[in-house]
Amino acid sequence: MIEENLIPKVGVITNVRKDTPDVKTFRVVGTDGKKLFKHMPGQCAMVSVPGVGECMFSITSSPTNEEYMEFSIKKCGCVTEVIHSMEEGSQVTVRGPYGRNFPVEEDFKGKDLLFIAGGIGLAPLRSVINYVRHYRNNYGKVVVVYGARSADDLVDFEEIKTEWKNEPNFEVYLTIDRPQEGWNDHVGFVPSYVKELGLDPNMTAVLCGPPIMIKFTLAGLLELGFDKSRVYTTLELRMKCGIGKCGRCNVGDKFVCKDGPVFRMDQLDELPDEY
Amino acid sequence: MFKIRKENLNDLYAKISESMGLYIPIKKAGEVNYHVWGEGKEVSLETLKTVRSPKDAFFPQTENMMKFKTEGKNIDIIDVRDEKRPFVLFGVKACDYKAIEVLDKVFLMDPVDTYYKARRDAITIVTLACSKPEESCFCSVFGIDATAPCGDVTAWLDENYLYWQANTQKGEELTGKVSALFEKGGEEEVKSQQEQTKTILAKLPFATLDLSRFKPENLNELFNAPEWESLSEACLGCGTCTFVCPTCQCFDIRDFKTRDGVLRYRCWDSCMYSDFTLMAHGNSRTTQMQRYRQRFMHKLVYYPSQNDGLYSCVGCGRCVNKCPQRLNIVKVINTLGGKKND
Ligand SMILES: Cc1cc2nc3c(=O)[nH]c(=O)nc-3n(C[C@H](O)[C@H](O)[C@H](O)COP(=O)(O)OP(=O)(O)OC[C@H]3O[C@@H](n4cnc5c(N)ncnc54)[C@H](O)[C@@H]3O)c2cc1C
Ligand code: SF4
Ligand code: SF4
Ligand code: FES
Repeated sequence: MIEENLIPKVGVITNVRKDTPDVKTFRVVGTDGKKLFKHMPGQCAMVSVPGVGECMFSITSSPTNEEYMEFSIKKCGCVTEVIHSMEEGSQVTVRGPYGRNFPVEEDFKGKDLLFIAGGIGLAPLRSVINYVRHYRNNYGKVVVVYGARSADDLVDFEEIKTEWKNEPNFEVYLTIDRPQEGWNDHVGFVPSYVKELGLDPNMTAVLCGPPIMIKFTLAGLLELGFDKSRVYTTLELRMKCGIGKCGRCNVGDKFVCKDGPVFRMDQLDELPDEY
Repeated sequence: MFKIRKENLNDLYAKISESMGLYIPIKKAGEVNYHVWGEGKEVSLETLKTVRSPKDAFFPQTENMMKFKTEGKNIDIIDVRDEKRPFVLFGVKACDYKAIEVLDKVFLMDPVDTYYKARRDAITIVTLACSKPEESCFCSVFGIDATAPCGDVTAWLDENYLYWQANTQKGEELTGKVSALFEKGGEEEVKSQQEQTKTILAKLPFATLDLSRFKPENLNELFNAPEWESLSEACLGCGTCTFVCPTCQCFDIRDFKTRDGVLRYRCWDSCMYSDFTLMAHGNSRTTQMQRYRQRFMHKLVYYPSQNDGLYSCVGCGRCVNKCPQRLNIVKVINTLGGKKND
């Protein structure tokens, strides 16, 4: 039988966590209480509120979590606003997984890894980071640089403080845009912080965040001697079908929903500048 | 090969309609388009270009996908697809048949679009060779032979007869159902018609279009060509060119609240529209030039790059005839291919 790619499954929200003033993380399972489907880090799913609309979100939980899936959702429009009003027991529809994942079993294996995120950009990275933590022996040193507007805008701050910071051979650098009472970590923008940290250019890097942050951080990494063929990012374009049919997320000869959202920087150089 | 006298074609249509649906070019309100056949309908096989392309038959302008019923917090998903009755698409020209191959690659490629596949599996296609190509035709530029289209059955039409040649299993099955109406023969007549048509095809004004620059390796050079500004200046963004085009695939998925739950449907969309790529944090194509460029780059460079060099234009000429601003792909090919437009 051919799989129904466009018909979603019903998902039940089992937990809602308020991360920041405009980001909430939703835990979702099927109506049978089990995880809806398997995925790999970096893949996404279409979540919908029938009658309101359907949106693409990164699956932020790790594939190694066999009980449920999580989505970190920023409130910014019609659908996300309705989702934010939902509570435990509310139902949504979910279809996926879509897109290519980060090469965690290929290119990342055995490498030192650098993760750089800005704001909600942590959502796709959290899945990879927790996957790497689960299979810790398969990877080298891990460095995480994460920045947000203020301390209140850091997504998953609890997990970062209590778990990531205590992981061996695992460095976490946090930064916020402006000084704030009670904040003892770095203050400043991500791109300049990355340069200051003087990171080892032999690491494999993954960048996620607003386009402007990616642009300047990449420039900084290249100055430090990083090679584009070892820097990864994700693209975000308007999507409808998620399976390379509706034409909406087309850039050059790629459909971001199917051929992305994960791209290497040298692959992006070959695409027309329209994303 | 078989043949049937033109005055008996009605019997052929009636016979096919006994067991299957029949979509055929029919004149309605002054326009010829593919419609379901019935006694008394004005069939026009001679019409070279239906206004809309036959893609409507398996990629309809709107299509219901599923229904949601909500009770309290509970959501129920109901598949609302109807059983697809087998049908015959009759009279498809060579360009439009090639366009179906172009769409097949999109929709049947993994992951398969099951809505499209269900309709596609249910059709038997009878193509019809062209004998009087027009000035706006340029199928030959894309290597399409208008005198010998493929399909499950190929047909030819002259003053007296319709000639019939089955090409596939589906075509043989259809032939079996109607063979009592046929006599044998027609090879000679078809051959001489083909030769005649080929001399016309060679003389058509667009027959010498040069596609040699439209290659994947020139992607960025073509994308950045300064000519796009002047080429697209007059574009209204009306989307007509995308709706009449037999290869345009873009669609939208939308929800509609009915008294009996929420209906999710899909409908054609157009990359020529300003909100096509609009997102909460911005738009990746803000000008009409970018949208115009997207349509033609996709047809001439992006699609071929994904599909072993196959272009996603078939030279049907519909956009040439229908654009209110007289913009079209021919001007794009000439200008970016290095030629002047007259
Ligand atoms: C691959 C991918 C991964 C994403 N991951 C996340 C994530 O993990 N967390 C998160 O908070 N957001 C994520 N987004 C963005 C998210 O899809 C949009 O914020 C969301 O669609 C906004 O919908 P809305 O209806 O609330 O906003 P509106 O502005 O009201 O939406 C109107 C329409 O535009 C579309 N749209 C609006 N913004 C976007 C956008 N940025 N991308 C694509 N379509 C958009 C919507 O689908 C909707 O149909 C991701 C987007 C993509 C493409
Ligand atoms: S090219 Fe012509 S038909 Fe197409 S959107 Fe522009 S004005 Fe309309
Ligand atoms: S681009 Fe124009 S000529 Fe080419 S297939 Fe589409 S409508 Fe026909
Ligand atoms: S979302 Fe439809 S092609 Fe990518």
